[in-house]
Amino acid sequence: MLQSHQLTFSYAPTKRFAFPDIRCNDSEAVLILGKSGTGKTTLLHLLALLLRPENGSVTIDQTDLTQLPPAKTATFRAAHVGIIYQKPHFVSALSVMDNLLLANYLAKNPQDKNRARELAAHLGFAEHLNKKTHQMSQGEQQRVSIARAVMNKPGVILADEPTSSLDDVNCARVVALLREQSEQIGASLIVVTHDQRLKDEFSNQVIL
Amino acid sequence: MNLFKISWANLKDKPLSSFLSGLLMTLGITIISLLLLLNKQLDEQFSRNVKGIDMVLGAKGSPLQLILSSIYQIDSPTGNIPLEDAERLTRNPMIKTAIPLSMGDSYKTFRIVGTNKKYVDHFEATVDQGALFQKDLEVTIGARVAETTGLKLGDTFSGSHGLDGNGEEHGETKYKVVGIFNPSNSVIDQLILTPLSSVWAIHEHHEEHEGEEHEGETHADEDHDHEAEAPREITSMLVKFRNPMGMMVARGINDNSKLLAALPAIEINRLFDLLGIGVDTLRGLAVAIMLIAGISVFVSLYNSLKERKYEMALMLSMGAGRTQLFGMLLLEGLTLSLIGFILGLVFSRIGLLLFSMRAERNFHYSLNNLSILPEEWLVLGVAVLIGIIAAALPALGVYRMNISQTLAEE
Repeated sequence: MLQSHQLTFSYAPTKRFAFPDIRCNDSEAVLILGKSGTGKTTLLHLLALLLRPENGSVTIDQTDLTQLPPAKTATFRAAHVGIIYQKPHFVSALSVMDNLLLANYLAKNPQDKNRARELAAHLGFAEHLNKKTHQMSQGEQQRVSIARAVMNKPGVILADEPTSSLDDVNCARVVALLREQSEQIGASLIVVTHDQRLKDEFSNQVIL
Repeated sequence: MNLFKISWANLKDKPLSSFLSGLLMTLGITIISLLLLLNKQLDEQFSRNVKGIDMVLGAKGSPLQLILSSIYQIDSPTGNIPLEDAERLTRNPMIKTAIPLSMGDSYKTFRIVGTNKKYVDHFEATVDQGALFQKDLEVTIGARVAETTGLKLGDTFSGSHGLDGNGEEHGETKYKVVGIFNPSNSVIDQLILTPLSSVWAIHEHHEEHEGEEHEGETHADEDHDHEAEAPREITSMLVKFRNPMGMMVARGINDNSKLLAALPAIEINRLFDLLGIGVDTLRGLAVAIMLIAGISVFVSLYNSLKERKYEMALMLSMGAGRTQLFGMLLLEGLTLSLIGFILGLVFSRIGLLLFSMRAERNFHYSLNNLSILPEEWLVLGVAVLIGIIAAALPALGVYRMNISQTLAEE
């Protein structure tokens, strides 16, 4: 479960953001819609504690992230939060399989090859496991980043514009897979986007 | 999946720049290692053969040449001296032993040296098969001579004039092999030893014979410069002093006689000083190459980190510690250093073997101790240091990285 309370952040005195409170229960999904420049990515980074908020709090599974010492936030994030970025980025020197295992390794969890294979089969890139990520199409890469985000079975999945660079077919498929995977592990799914195609897919919506 | 695997994958992912850095490191270490090996082995070879010889007595000329020819058997002799003079000068209470040597002939480029049992005892050589030479024209041959020429006990052969194997043969008189030495790792391995009197016998016979055919011809070569009834001559005498005061004897001989007394310790030091200039230059060059290898590691890592900035931020957001990533980048430099070190060791050994083959062909010396020298661990230390520093400078950027900003940039 994720809950935010009166989050504010400013890059400069003139550029200040105040965000509406967000609440997302386990196995639920929230869509945060906003145009460019409304602080969508900033909000997502605040929720993942990649940025420290000026004020307010972010609570994930009863832990207030803003109260954690900086050294602990990375460990907490690795264990409890899966993030999907706008453009799928990977460690380009590693194979798809190793990129998935990297999520386990960096979170100091046992490296679960079987889970990686299951996810790959389910998300439809099983035949690409030994390839490098840049040899795949955008849609395939985005599906790999979904798999990477759920490798550690996190309580919260944050997706930043996961569909903006995809065509309609891939867009629908990625959203369906995202929802399916987060429901399967009982995670709260939060999608930040300006992509109007997603509007009808989510009942819980927050407009920035 | 672990840090080493990621480092290795990163190195493999940009093979050309990794290859360049590795190559430079390998080259630098190969040169340094080869120099160390050569230096040590030459030093060993030189000091093993010079052990116990305090002075060499011979004809006036270059002292270094006298030492090289009489002790190491690698240069031409300076000329001959009357045995009588040499014996008179060495009949001195300061002198413990004096071993006469007479040379000038060879068999298949192996030198035939006329001497006595004291020479064999000096190098602590022992006879493997047969016996030590006794009578004229009997020879006992060194282990490498036997191995290379295939001479066996009871074989006979005729020596040829000169030391290069192209001289005219002394066809009428034949030497007989009566013994073969055990390998002693000294100069004896590559010599054919015979009594002093054999050399006189061969040349007297030869002189007479030649005299008949080419009457009135002048023999410019010093080996032939004596007449039939001339006093007996030798090439040089190896002298061991009873105590260090013997040095005075050498000065006396050089000042007051027609002969030359050379002190091996001084001449060999001089030789190594001369070689040292070249060795130092090469060593400087090798260190420069290693530094360039470091710069190459630095540049390629710096460039690739600019491309991999997002990767780093990504890994940080996935729970990696900054120190962990810093360590991963250091590993890339360290791996190149270690690869360079191992390949450098291998290549320097190959180089030494090639050099040794040449030295063996030309001088009958072999240098083939391939064990790792203590100084090479120092080279490893320097290589590792260069690799780590070259990687650390760009890798420090990981500590300054703003994760959110980097991730948001693209």
